[in-house]
Amino acid sequence: MLWFFLIGVLLTGYAILDGFDLGVGTLHLFGRTDTERRINMNSIGPVWDGNEVWLVTGGGALFAAFPDAYATAFSGFYLAFMLLLAALIFRAVAMEFRSKRPQRWWRSMWDMAFFLSSSVSSLLFGVAVGNMIQGIPIGPDKEYVGTFIELLNPYALVVGVFNLSMFAMHGSIYLYLKTEGEYQQRVRRWVYKAYAAFVIMYGVTTVYTLLAVPNATRNFEDLPWVWVIVALNVLAIANIPRALYHDLPLRAFISSACTIAALVFLFGVALFPNLIVSSLGNEFNLTAYNAASSQRTLAIMRNIAFIGLPFVLTYTIAIYWIFRGKTRLTATSY
Amino acid sequence: MDLDPVFLARLQFAFTVMFHYLFPPLTIGLGAVMVITESAYMLTKNPLYETSAKFWTKIFAVTFAMGVASGIVMEFQFGTNWATYSRFVGDVFGSALAAEGVFAFFLESGFLAVLVFGWDRVSPRVHFFSTIMVFLGSVFSAVWIVVANSWQQTPAGFHLVQTADGLTRAEITDFWAMVFNPSSMLRLSHVLVGSFILGAFFVMSVTAFYILRGKHLEFAKRSFTFALVFAVIVSIGQLLVGHEHAQQVAETQPAKLAAYEGLYQTPEGGAPLTLFGVPNDKEQRLDYAIAIPGLLSFLVHGDFNTPVPGLDQTKPEDRPPVALPFYSYHIMVGLGMFFIGITLLALMLLPRGRLFEQRWLLWIFVFAVIGPYLANHLGWVAAEVGRQPWSVYGLLRTADSVSKSVTAPEILTSLIMFGFIYSLLFAVWVFVLNDKIQKGPDEPGAPPPDTTTLDGLMEAATGLESGRASMTSAKDPGESLV
Repeated sequence: MLWFFLIGVLLTGYAILDGFDLGVGTLHLFGRTDTERRINMNSIGPVWDGNEVWLVTGGGALFAAFPDAYATAFSGFYLAFMLLLAALIFRAVAMEFRSKRPQRWWRSMWDMAFFLSSSVSSLLFGVAVGNMIQGIPIGPDKEYVGTFIELLNPYALVVGVFNLSMFAMHGSIYLYLKTEGEYQQRVRRWVYKAYAAFVIMYGVTTVYTLLAVPNATRNFEDLPWVWVIVALNVLAIANIPRALYHDLPLRAFISSACTIAALVFLFGVALFPNLIVSSLGNEFNLTAYNAASSQRTLAIMRNIAFIGLPFVLTYTIAIYWIFRGKTRLTATSY
Repeated sequence: MDLDPVFLARLQFAFTVMFHYLFPPLTIGLGAVMVITESAYMLTKNPLYETSAKFWTKIFAVTFAMGVASGIVMEFQFGTNWATYSRFVGDVFGSALAAEGVFAFFLESGFLAVLVFGWDRVSPRVHFFSTIMVFLGSVFSAVWIVVANSWQQTPAGFHLVQTADGLTRAEITDFWAMVFNPSSMLRLSHVLVGSFILGAFFVMSVTAFYILRGKHLEFAKRSFTFALVFAVIVSIGQLLVGHEHAQQVAETQPAKLAAYEGLYQTPEGGAPLTLFGVPNDKEQRLDYAIAIPGLLSFLVHGDFNTPVPGLDQTKPEDRPPVALPFYSYHIMVGLGMFFIGITLLALMLLPRGRLFEQRWLLWIFVFAVIGPYLANHLGWVAAEVGRQPWSVYGLLRTADSVSKSVTAPEILTSLIMFGFIYSLLFAVWVFVLNDKIQKGPDEPGAPPPDTTTLDGLMEAATGLESGRASMTSAKDPGESLV
């Protein structure tokens, strides 16, 4: 139970942090000049690998706390995960090497790689979430019995596009925070467009979920206070254009971070106590109870988390503080 | 043709982990180099040390990015390819992996940002602190990974439990017994010292090249001398650590030691130490062997006549393959001896600067960095192949560890994909590394060189303009000019 929550926290941390740097990648090609594109990459330069560590740690925590869920999900989504890994590797490489050569073709090639890998990653995360809400064919031996193509069903793809639009919006606000002058004014227009796409997809996804996966709201009936989160989420979403109108980009960014946190939380509530829902029958579900490690391991992990996480949060905040302000290109830039 | 998923999964693991292992030992070794260089700068305030610290940091950063990119693959691969293994060990193995994430990765990646992008943003003290944190992070990472792997070699602190669905899994009983299992600390020392040797040889390779080309002479000679002294110490240290480790293997994994030594049959009386030989599995003997009688017994037990068990003491189905561990182990030990020999030779030539006139020796050092790379990799090959046929020694067979829902063609597809991506990645890494090495460290005191193209000028101009518009520009107006 605690670990269900803690893995949710890691997932939230990951979605908020890597969400904006993936989003910057999705918007990357809108940057017109070489300088603009370098600013895009350098705005996330000092932080992106720290953000990806949330994913790695989330994977490690899932392995330790719910070995069965880790094993089933990762072997079941085999090709999807391999595609995701390839995308994440390409992203890292694209950022590292784009500005190493002045030739136009070299830079365009890596720009394209950066855009594609960021967008594919965002899409795949959404597809994974969609499949987890909907359920996947898990047999009695806890093994996945479907195929790769089955994972790309319409509902999962809708959630994938929703996630893509959410990260694009989140990334555009981050970029708005980090840029200045004429370029910032252009970024501002992207924020509105990404916001519009996000709101539309939010509506579509909500309706689709209610129609296609009625099971997703079963916990909401027992826990009326969850509606408070839903209401706060709507307020946070509404606050984004308001903050932008008053030119308070940091507030807009915090609002979109809250939106992501609320959505991950609602995803967790919808799922609980299941980790992976089996579409072949509820008795095959992997839950926080039947997929968990022993009590002793969970206690050890709790200690590790309580010792480690305060440090992690302290220096994550310290590093964002050190790199506050606008992104400029210097000799140490990408 | 029938594809064997177990073989393919092993091949994929070997390929991805060996590729990944190009990077961590270099970052651990270079981490030590950066800490030493920057403390020299903090003590003397000599700008030469500052520029050299900046130089090594750049190389560290590129290598680190590669390590992160290829490391995510490792973290996920237990689940994708080895799901049955993951279910069996998750309760024990997973916590070590999660601890690595929490204690090591965040530390490393967080402070690395300060290291690379923060030279002008934080004080030298904070920067030095960050360097130490990054180095510690890379060491912690090695700690938890080696602990996890050592548990596979010499499992401790657990018991086997039947789960509700009829499967058996290992559950932890004593966390510290798991962490300090019989081999973990020795193997950790062996890995860390191996990384330091690589770091020292890497520095010597780059700086020997500069000396031969007559570039950056002051920087190169000082760095070479530092690295040489360090290399002598760690190379000799490795001999002692390696010896201790081999004794522990003899005790806990006798079949593995027998494979290392090509000891098919248990000899009567003392066992010989084989210097050279060709394993012959069919005849169960070592062909063309050159051996020193009784020496293996002496090294293991301190006595020339105490017997050492051969492979015939292990059931046939539990025996590891011989050829691969045998060759890997012998080449690794041979390379270790070479490191001691060549560094001692260079050290003797060092007084009165005679060393830097021996162009042939410097050329050897330029290429000698391949040695520690090989030795690090071969050591792991020997350790991991020598563990076979088990994935967890004595508990779980490798053949029973793979994912049941993943098919051979799927593994083959991803293997080809990794082959393609990693070739590209490797080429790009070498290319950028070469670029940075060719450029070399900045001259102390000189303004950092920027791109002199029109592009660069345009960027400087726009940077300046936008700098004026922003609030922070009052504090650091020069920054955007650089």
